[in-house]
Amino acid sequence: MDAAIEVADLRKTYRGRRTGEIRAVDGVSFRVERGEFFGILGPNGAGKTTTLEIVEGLRRPDSGTVRLLGASPWPHSPELTGRVGVQLQASAFFEFLSAKEQIETFAELYGATRDRAAEMLELVGLAEHANVRCEKLSGGQQQRLSIACALVGDPELVFLDEPTAALDPQARRNLWDLMRAINAEGRTVVLTTHYMEEAEALCDRVAIMDAGRIKAVDSPAGFVKGLDAPTRVTVAAGQLTDERVKELAAGEAVTADGAAVVFETRDPRKLLTALASDGALEGLAVRTANLEDVFLHVTGREWRA
Amino acid sequence: MSLDTETTPRARVGAPRGKAFLSLFKALGRGWLRDRSQVFFTILLPLMFMVLLSSVFGSTGGSTPRVLAVGEVPVLEGADPDDVAVAAAADLDEALALLREGEADAAVVQDGERVLIYPSPTSSTSGAIAAGEISALVDDVNVEVLSAAAPGEPVLTAEVEEADGGALRPIQYLAPGILAWGIAISGVFGAAGTIVDWKRDKLLRRLRLTPASVSTFLGAKVSVNLVVALGQTAVFLAVAALVFGLELSAWTWFAAPLVLLGTLAFLAIGVVIGGIAQTGPGAAGLSNLVTMPMAFVSGAFWPLALSPEWVQWLSYLSPMRYLNEALQAVVVYGEPPGAVLPQIGFLAVFAAVVAAVSWKTFRFDEL
Ligand SMILES: Nc1ncnc2c1ncn2[C@@H]1O[C@H](COP(=O)(O)OP(=O)(O)OP(=O)(O)O)[C@@H](O)[C@H]1O
Ligand SMILES: [Mg+2]
Repeated sequence: MDAAIEVADLRKTYRGRRTGEIRAVDGVSFRVERGEFFGILGPNGAGKTTTLEIVEGLRRPDSGTVRLLGASPWPHSPELTGRVGVQLQASAFFEFLSAKEQIETFAELYGATRDRAAEMLELVGLAEHANVRCEKLSGGQQQRLSIACALVGDPELVFLDEPTAALDPQARRNLWDLMRAINAEGRTVVLTTHYMEEAEALCDRVAIMDAGRIKAVDSPAGFVKGLDAPTRVTVAAGQLTDERVKELAAGEAVTADGAAVVFETRDPRKLLTALASDGALEGLAVRTANLEDVFLHVTGREWRA
Repeated sequence: MSLDTETTPRARVGAPRGKAFLSLFKALGRGWLRDRSQVFFTILLPLMFMVLLSSVFGSTGGSTPRVLAVGEVPVLEGADPDDVAVAAAADLDEALALLREGEADAAVVQDGERVLIYPSPTSSTSGAIAAGEISALVDDVNVEVLSAAAPGEPVLTAEVEEADGGALRPIQYLAPGILAWGIAISGVFGAAGTIVDWKRDKLLRRLRLTPASVSTFLGAKVSVNLVVALGQTAVFLAVAALVFGLELSAWTWFAAPLVLLGTLAFLAIGVVIGGIAQTGPGAAGLSNLVTMPMAFVSGAFWPLALSPEWVQWLSYLSPMRYLNEALQAVVVYGEPPGAVLPQIGFLAVFAAVVAAVSWKTFRFDEL
């Protein structure tokens, strides 16, 4: 079976009269397997949306090739678009229609039933807002409606461009559950995000993108492992003598100030057991390396989402 | 939480074309009906114009001239009250003051054989009409005097035979013009505004990723506009006939294809404007810039014959001229469709050329 997505050496340069040339996508290649949850992580302007738009078939690249479910997204064919669901970064709705009318229109275009439309509205938690005009929905509700429209055609492959951008923490968690469920049913999901923890929580594999290029692709765990970074263990100061701190550090880095002692250890289990037996667990915080450290490592730049 | 794929069969190819067209037509049509500003613009604004213009033109064209007799004016004694309405003024100063305020159309002083006419300085047309009526009265008196002096001597008489069964009442002349203008603005503003909206809300991009084709969507959008134009025409002609007494000819139904053709031409203009403009106000400004001159040189609001020659030349370029002429011919004069073939031809060529220009210049990746 073909891969869900195969992209080779995509390039896209925007030419504006005032802005000059912007290399939005600069030699991007990646492959997404069927059923995979694939994330593209990167700061503003990294080229995530442009890449997605090219893969979806909204933009033509200057060069490079795209295979989507084994076919070319260009020219458009109903056979292909019927199998793909898309949520664009900017929500796009028919003016003056209610949420229900909106999704029913999309359902009709995808040849899906009204029941399916109602089901999707329910799924994204908009059932009680069904009769509200789209423009009167809050930003997060619009986002969810747009996701419902992406799912209404029962797609095999779903593109979600920053789906959680306008959501409150609770809605974000709900949407995470929803995205996991979508993926668990065997649909391939491609997600872009600014949020490290989102990519970490959801994705099978993550591509780290910066300045138009994909810097690295790996699973979140693989990234962290490959980083080989120490775990930072923090406890409140004043519970350990200076000698004991030195002893516990066992030659690894440790910093202490008036408020806290921070160990950087590669054997957190041993350190934590020792701290527990000393009864020195007040103010305990354990921070393992995460994608933020990975981003710093991969791009040489501090993460500033 | 689960997406049950057992109960909902997989959609593969999407809706067939006809069904997709209907869904889109329904969605866009609903949106149109709920947009109050659109409804105002296409239905109410032309009606307001009709009220305004027919009262402006109606007041000068229809009423009898009002003449002030200063002192004794024997020549006015034989006046038919249907031709002139005579009132008395105490002296010339009072009469002139009344003229300036627009209370009368002319003042008359008679001093023996001399009849002095003071036409209105504020309204030259009605002043001239009043002066003409008074001259006619003077002529009548002279004819009587001469016939008495030399009986048997023949005198010339002039009789007015009214063409087309009477002069066009203002509404007969104005209604087709205002309708043509209404069709023009709703087409141009509507298309330009829609394109700018699409640039902003990216709806078209989203729809491009559904199984429905862009051409189906554009077809649905144009169809909504055509249906709106037909509704607009029906409402307008009905109000014109029932409220303003417009007499509709038997060929009035042929206004429908004319209006559809005109709408296509104006939509094409709007698409070009929408391609250039980036914001709503920008699109409205440009649309005004195009429709105002187009209306002024079209002969829709006043006869082209009253306009300077260069305007008459420019009018040949205005599609509103042809729509107006064709509507006037079939709706008011009852001419058969064959008589307006040149106008139809021009509108069709115009629509095709502008549509080709918009197609060539339009940057689809902006949508
Ligand atoms: N239509 C366009 N015309 C010109 N330049 C563009 C256009 N769209 C994007 N760009 C530029 O291309 C670069 C990449 O933009 P893109 O939207 O792909 O980034 P992104 O990673 O999706 O960012 P964000 O996280 O903010 O959504 C940016 O520098 C942007 O300014
Ligand atoms: Mg983006």
